[in-house]
Amino acid sequence: MIDLIQMIVNGIAVGSSYALMGLAMVIIYKTSEVPNFAQGEMALISSFFAMMLLTSFNMSVYPAFVLTFVFAVILGCFLEFAILRRAKEPNVLGMIVITIGIEMILLGFVSWKFGAEQKTMPFPIGPYDSFIIGDIFISKLEVLTLVAALLLMSVLYLFFKYSKLGLAMKATQQNSVAAQIVGIRTNRILMMTWGISSLVGAVAGLLISPTIMHPFMMWDPMLKGFAAAVMGGMTSLPGVVIAAYMLGIIENLFGGYISIEFKTVVAFVIIVFVLCVRPSGLFARHYVKKV
Amino acid sequence: MTNLLEVKNIETYYDLVYALRGVSFSVKTGSITAILGNNGAGKSTILKTIMGLIEDQPDKGSIEFEDAPIQHWDTDKIVRKGIAYVPEGREVFEELTVHEHLIMGAYIREDPSGVKKDIEQVYRYFPVLKQRTNQWAGTLSGGEQQMLAIGRALMLSPRLLILDEPSLGLSPILVKEIFSIIKEINLKGTTILLVEQNANMALSISSTGLILENGRFVMKGESKDLLEDKDVKEFYLGIKSETSAKGYQRWKRKKAWR
Ligand SMILES: Nc1ncnc2c1ncn2[C@@H]1O[C@H](COP(=O)(O)OP(=O)(O)OP(=O)(O)O)[C@@H](O)[C@H]1O
Ligand SMILES: [Mg+2]
Repeated sequence: MIDLIQMIVNGIAVGSSYALMGLAMVIIYKTSEVPNFAQGEMALISSFFAMMLLTSFNMSVYPAFVLTFVFAVILGCFLEFAILRRAKEPNVLGMIVITIGIEMILLGFVSWKFGAEQKTMPFPIGPYDSFIIGDIFISKLEVLTLVAALLLMSVLYLFFKYSKLGLAMKATQQNSVAAQIVGIRTNRILMMTWGISSLVGAVAGLLISPTIMHPFMMWDPMLKGFAAAVMGGMTSLPGVVIAAYMLGIIENLFGGYISIEFKTVVAFVIIVFVLCVRPSGLFARHYVKKV
Repeated sequence: MTNLLEVKNIETYYDLVYALRGVSFSVKTGSITAILGNNGAGKSTILKTIMGLIEDQPDKGSIEFEDAPIQHWDTDKIVRKGIAYVPEGREVFEELTVHEHLIMGAYIREDPSGVKKDIEQVYRYFPVLKQRTNQWAGTLSGGEQQMLAIGRALMLSPRLLILDEPSLGLSPILVKEIFSIIKEINLKGTTILLVEQNANMALSISSTGLILENGRFVMKGESKDLLEDKDVKEFYLGIKSETSAKGYQRWKRKKAWR
């Protein structure tokens, strides 16, 4: 029983970082219908930027994090402005290839600049600081990640649902020409979504970095986040978060009771299954085009 | 200022397709101007060119709104000058509700109380929309979507309203209703540029009519004169003149247009 509860708790804990990455991907997908495969590496470079500020520049934690968030937003805006916007007559497939290209470049850059070995991030909370409730261990970092995921989800949800800017982002995705003719600067909207999305990714990166910090640190969270986003229907913010927690829990239970070797494969078995049974995701309420 | 919009000699290409071959016309402030023409004549292309929706076009010529050139501007900037556009085939946001469309229509406006009033006004023009206020646009009927597209354009509180075939796919009763609403909008002070297949309706509410063929205007005149014109009657209103010498007359008229 204790084992089961502990596994579920661990599942929720990893689920939170999947949720953050999934949210980041959904934000871009919502406005441009492009799954951004560079999401993980954008978060990666932001995390290394934070580490650089903390170690090489001896900055204290809070200003360093604030600067990192600013950096993340600028990075997102820059990538959209400098690369994606240059694509002539873009189609979704071409855009995906571009994001994969960006991913490679960022990954290569980080490996070259910082080396491939494990680093330690001087984070205010260590990976082993824990609460112990009964016989259950919960790390403080995991609690913080959970809070961050839920908080960001709520803020983003309210933003898309009730703010004019959020509505304009949805409008831009659904019909870019129509968005232009009501006066929306669609280019600027896309740039902003890349900025916001990069920020959410950077939060995930920072929260992962105390535990793992090397150039491939974002691969697993990013792929699982993508899996959760697909399960959640790619556009529903609560959907992706719920899916991320489901994924985290299922994965841990599978690892605990069935096979630890195949633990990480579970996510992809679930994706395939979901895409076969409900291609629009588990939670999306999607309007199906007539014609 | 008597001309709100002044289009001078514009030429537009779609890659190698030469769609507009030197088009000039003006829209008087406060008027309704109608552009008529067959399928593929280039009517929608004129409107898209004005709205800056065709990249790098017009290739030649100028478009002036309130005496300032607006060609090659970004669409959103043109919209901000006060031009609203109802595109051919509606172009709604499928997964936004009716209410959200009206909010988006007023995206560039900063006067919440005026926006509120205009939403009420749109619902007065189109009471069905009020019943559908929380429904996704993608689930509306074609006619309802057309009303929504017009309502969304009105939310801009534009000085010039451009409509591309507002009667497309509507039942005859609804066509009448839409045209009477267009007239009413005009009487309240909005200048209107209208593209239509329904020549009879368009000419009966407009003051000036223009007839486009193969990317060129072949006729311009007061709408009431065009309604009486033999060629217009025959080719656009479906009213035939004496059948006996038809072949000969037709040839002669065609020649007179060029
Ligand atoms: N995107 C495009 N690419 C290439 N050619 C185009 C494009 N859009 C329109 N054309 C061509 O330009 C010409 C004018 O088209 P346009 O849509 O302006 O006609 P229209 O007068 O609005 O016709 P309709 O009454 O059928 O709407 C047509 O010959 C059409 O084939
Ligand atoms: Mg047309």
